[in-house]
Amino acid sequence: MIPAEGILSFWEYLASRRELLVFETWQHASMVFQCVLAALVIGVLIGLLVYRRPRLAAFATSTAGVIFTVPSLALLGLLITPLGLGVAPSVVALTLYSLLPIVRNTIVGLSGVDRTLVDAARGIGMGRRRILLRIELPLAWPVILTGARVATQLAMGIAAIAAYVSGPGLGEQIFSGLARLGGANSINMTLAGTLGIIILALLFDACFLIIGRLTTPRGIRA
Amino acid sequence: MPDTVPPVPPAGPTRSAAPSGPADPALPGAIDPGDGGPPGEAASAERGGIQLINVTKRFPGQATPAVDNVSLTVDGGEIVVLLGPSGSGKTTTMRLINRLIEPTSGKIIVAGRDALGLDPNDLRRQIGYVIQNAGLFPHMTVGTNVGLVPQMLGWGKARIKARVDELLQLVDLAPDQFRDRYPRELSGGQQQRVGVARALAADPPAMLMDEPFGALDPITREHLQDELLQLQEELGKTIVFVTHDVDEALKLGDRIAILDKGSRIVQYATPKEILLNPADEYVEQFLGGGQAMKLLKFSRVADVPLQQVPQAAPGDDAAAVRAQIDAAESTFAIVLDERDRPVRWITVDDLDGLTGPIGDHGTGTARPIRVRNTLQQALEALIQVEHEWVPVVGPRGVYRGTVTLSTLQTAIKDMKEQTRSRRRQDKAADS
Repeated sequence: MIPAEGILSFWEYLASRRELLVFETWQHASMVFQCVLAALVIGVLIGLLVYRRPRLAAFATSTAGVIFTVPSLALLGLLITPLGLGVAPSVVALTLYSLLPIVRNTIVGLSGVDRTLVDAARGIGMGRRRILLRIELPLAWPVILTGARVATQLAMGIAAIAAYVSGPGLGEQIFSGLARLGGANSINMTLAGTLGIIILALLFDACFLIIGRLTTPRGIRA
Repeated sequence: MPDTVPPVPPAGPTRSAAPSGPADPALPGAIDPGDGGPPGEAASAERGGIQLINVTKRFPGQATPAVDNVSLTVDGGEIVVLLGPSGSGKTTTMRLINRLIEPTSGKIIVAGRDALGLDPNDLRRQIGYVIQNAGLFPHMTVGTNVGLVPQMLGWGKARIKARVDELLQLVDLAPDQFRDRYPRELSGGQQQRVGVARALAADPPAMLMDEPFGALDPITREHLQDELLQLQEELGKTIVFVTHDVDEALKLGDRIAILDKGSRIVQYATPKEILLNPADEYVEQFLGGGQAMKLLKFSRVADVPLQQVPQAAPGDDAAAVRAQIDAAESTFAIVLDERDRPVRWITVDDLDGLTGPIGDHGTGTARPIRVRNTLQQALEALIQVEHEWVPVVGPRGVYRGTVTLSTLQTAIKDMKEQTRSRRRQDKAADS
C-alpha cells in the first residue's frame, strides 16, 4: 500500500507544514491542559462536597460515569446546538470527560485516608478545615493526581475528535486525512496527527511523574 | 530471733499506696475504693484533675447506653487506668473527656473548667492525646508532627523548634537524628515515643492515652511503660489510660477503675487494694487469678518490713561478733564494709575457733537487691542464692536489711490482713 517513498515524503510533509503542525500541537496541548485543570478544580471541589456523605458520593460518581458512557462524537454533536462550533463545545466536552476519573479518585483518595489519623488530628485539636487542608488532602493527593493523569490521557484522545466540531488541535490533521483517504498526503496527515498526539500524551505523562514526585512528601512516597 | 523493723522509707517512686492506714495522704479527695457513686465536688481541680459527674452517652439506635451514668474523679498528677474488656465502654468514656464524643448528659470538668462550655478544639489542645499505633501523620516529619499543637497555638518558629528538640530528648530520641525523619522510617516503639512527645508538646495538664502500647511487642511495651513512669515522675501529668491488659494496669495505675458493661465502675482503687481485695467476682475473674504473684510483681521491697540481723565490720573481734549473734539469738551476722555496703555473711560455724578480727572469713553475699526492686525480683533472688537470706540496699548500696522467704510470706499475709481490717473499719464507719 504505502510505497517506500511515502515514509520519506512523511518527513517532507512535516517539513512543509511545520508551522501549522507546531501551532496545532500547541493548541492541542493547551486545550487538554486547560480542560484537565478546570476538571481538576471542579472535580476536587465536587469530591470535597460529597466524600463524607456516601450516598451523595455514589450519586456524583455515577453521574460522572453516565457522562462518560456517552460517545464523545455524540456528545460533541449534541453540544453544537447550545454552544455552536469551535472551541466552546470542545472545551466543555473535554472537561466533562475529565471529571469522572478526577471525581472518583478524589472521593476514593479522601475516604481512603486512615480514620485513626483523622481521629488523632481531631484529638490534638485540629478543626474541620485544618484537618482537610493539612491531613486529608495531602494524604489523598497522590490518588487525586493519578485521577488527573488518567483524565489527561483520556482528554488527549478525545481532543482529537473535537475537530469534528471544528475544535482546535491535531484532530484536524486526522479528520482531513481520513476525509480524503487515498488522496495526496492523506496518510501523512493522519499519521502526523496521530503521532503528534501520542508524543504529547507521553510528554504529559512524564510531566505527571515529575509533578507527582515533587508534590508527594517523602513520607508517603511509594 | 531476728526482729523486724518498720519499713524503710521508699527510695524510688512508690507506685503503690501505703500498705495500711488511712487513704494515702498524697491523694486528697480520693473516693472510697469500690465505690462508683458520685464523688465529692471538692476534689482537687488544680494540676489538671478530671471529673466526670453522672455522665451518660447514648448512641442513636442502641438499646443500652454505652456509658451509663458514670461518675469518676481523677486527681491531678495521677495515672488512672480504665480497665475493662472490649465493649465495656472504656474508650468511649475516655473520649468523652476531650469531647471526641459528646455526652448525652452529665458534667465534665477538666482542670477546674467545665469542658462542655469550652470550644472543643481549644479543649483538646490542652489535653494530650495518644492512641494505639501513635497515629503520626505519615506525610509530615517527626519534628512537624511534634510541633503541631504549638503551631496551632500560634507559637513562633524558633520556640517551636526548641520545644520539639526538648521533647524528642525527653522521650529519648536524639533530635538531630530524628527531627527530619518520616514516621515510617521509625520502629513502632520509636513512633509511639514521638506520639507521646506530640501529646506533651504544649505542656498540657492532662493526657489521654488509648491503649498506646497495645500494638507493640512485649519487650518494647515494657520499655515504654517504664519510660512513661519515669516521665510521669518528672512531669506529674493527670493521665487517663485505657487498657484491657491487667498487668499493664497494675503496673502503671496509681488507681484503677475496673469497668463493666455501660462503663459501670465496679471497683476504683489502688492496684494493691484491687489485688488484695477484689470488690466482687467480676473483678476477681477479670484479674484472672494469681493475685499473690501479681502482688509480688507490683509491690516494692521498700513497702515491706525487712529483717534485721546482727551487723559486723571486717575489723571486729570474732568473740565480740559471736556475742552479738548470741545476743540476737541468731546464727549469723552480716559483714559490712567501711561504707556500710554488705560484703559477706558470717555464721557461728565460721566463727568457731576464730580469734582476733574476722577479716574476710565467711561467704560472700549474693548480689544485693535494692529497695525499689519488686518483691517478685526479691523472690527470684531468694530462690537463686545458696543462703536463705538476701541483703537489701538503698541508695549508694548502703545496707538496709535482709529479706528471707518468710519476710515475703509475712508481708503478703500482713497486707491481706490490713486490708481486711481496714475494710471492716470502713464498713463500721459507713453504718
